Amino acid sequence: MAAPTTGRRAGTPLMWRVARLVERRVETPTAQTLILAVPGWPGHLPGQHVDVRLTAADGYQAARSYSLAGPADGERIALTVQRVPDGEVSPYLTDAYAPGDPVEVRGPVGGWFVWRPEETAPVLLVAGGSGVVPLMAMVRARRAAGNRAPFRLIYSARTPQDVIYADELRTRARDDFGLDVTYVYTRQAPEGWRGEPHRIGVADVNSHGWPPDLEPLCYVCGPTGFVETVADVLVGLGHQTRRVRTERFGPTG
Amino acid sequence: MGIVSPGFSGRRRTTGPDLPPGQYLTEDFPVLSAGPTPRVPLDTWQFVISTETGAEFRWSWDELMALPQETPTVDIHCVTRWSKFGTSWQGVSLDTLLDGVDTAADYAQAHSYGGYTTNLPLDDLRDGRAWVVHSYDGEPLPAEHGGPARLLVPHLYFWKSAKWVRGVRLTVEDEPGFWETAGYHDYGDPWREQRYQGD
Repeated sequence: MAAPTTGRRAGTPLMWRVARLVERRVETPTAQTLILAVPGWPGHLPGQHVDVRLTAADGYQAARSYSLAGPADGERIALTVQRVPDGEVSPYLTDAYAPGDPVEVRGPVGGWFVWRPEETAPVLLVAGGSGVVPLMAMVRARRAAGNRAPFRLIYSARTPQDVIYADELRTRARDDFGLDVTYVYTRQAPEGWRGEPHRIGVADVNSHGWPPDLEPLCYVCGPTGFVETVADVLVGLGHQTRRVRTERFGPTG
Repeated sequence: MGIVSPGFSGRRRTTGPDLPPGQYLTEDFPVLSAGPTPRVPLDTWQFVISTETGAEFRWSWDELMALPQETPTVDIHCVTRWSKFGTSWQGVSLDTLLDGVDTAADYAQAHSYGGYTTNLPLDDLRDGRAWVVHSYDGEPLPAEHGGPARLLVPHLYFWKSAKWVRGVRLTVEDEPGFWETAGYHDYGDPWREQRYQGD
């Protein structure tokens, strides 16, 4: 593991900024993308995340971290929120939060699980469930920057209905030159799918990833068990551990 | 007080004097690490304390296990906002390991198999506040939680409790580690909510 190359050690303290909901997009029955306007937002790199804080009328506060779903776009940021049924923050954001309402955000945070648009190495993205969110920021940033680095995304979802960004990924797989997208379904595959639903394994990563001698940058994001499996597979296939960056999702209600 | 979000009241499932600000209680034991989990064989495992003069103190696995063992039960607090109460560990106090180590250093940088590093003041490793632990809940510590052995410094955010620890370097200057270089706080006191640089 090399030391991260970014930092903001000399920077000023991260401040809480007021963010207001501009637009809401329903992605799946349980996931929504929120577009927020954040005056003064300093910009970010794909893969970074942001803390979101809610304050009740009596001063009670709750905060959670969410990955940024898109590349830097002026004073707007996109978050994709997976609704956690017994959660405290996500049900508010998906069910009650209305256009124009304020929340507070602080960020960007994280200097390791990032992809820089000036990188030229091949990239392998491996997503489990809502772990696709920071990886989608990288896919979007690549196209936005006109970067030609070859990208492969392997996306594991429970069923086709659970695939976040499904339409956009279909379009990008066709139009973004050098982007391949492969799906793994764990519970139910679409009509006409070859093979049975299964958890991601060596064969998936070997067939749809990059050979280790190309020294790709690998980003793995998803639930803990998923990330452990995929990271072990990548190391087992011969990828150098320092080229494998991971982000694990615990419960983030 | 922050800006009120209309309609938010919160679930307030956990409050109380044992929960630091901005944290919520979990019964799970989430995992946070930046790369693949290293697998470290016990027959080559070692733990090394090195001082600012270059002196080194080494323990093999068997030597570590032969030292006096302690069984701390502590609350742990992760910067990703979960806290877990009453976690039970077994291991060796840093007081035991530092006993006889002659140093004028003020800082320590823990380093791990796999390359992870984290920094903290040396004083925070003393006085019964830090251990090298090898068991959790009476079982050998699983690799994804830092086994075969990790640092346990529960009074700081849990990223200071380096997984897969292989040693501690004692230094005169404070040398930021992996997350500290990436924008996280140098000290990381959960009770003062020192999450990021400048907090």
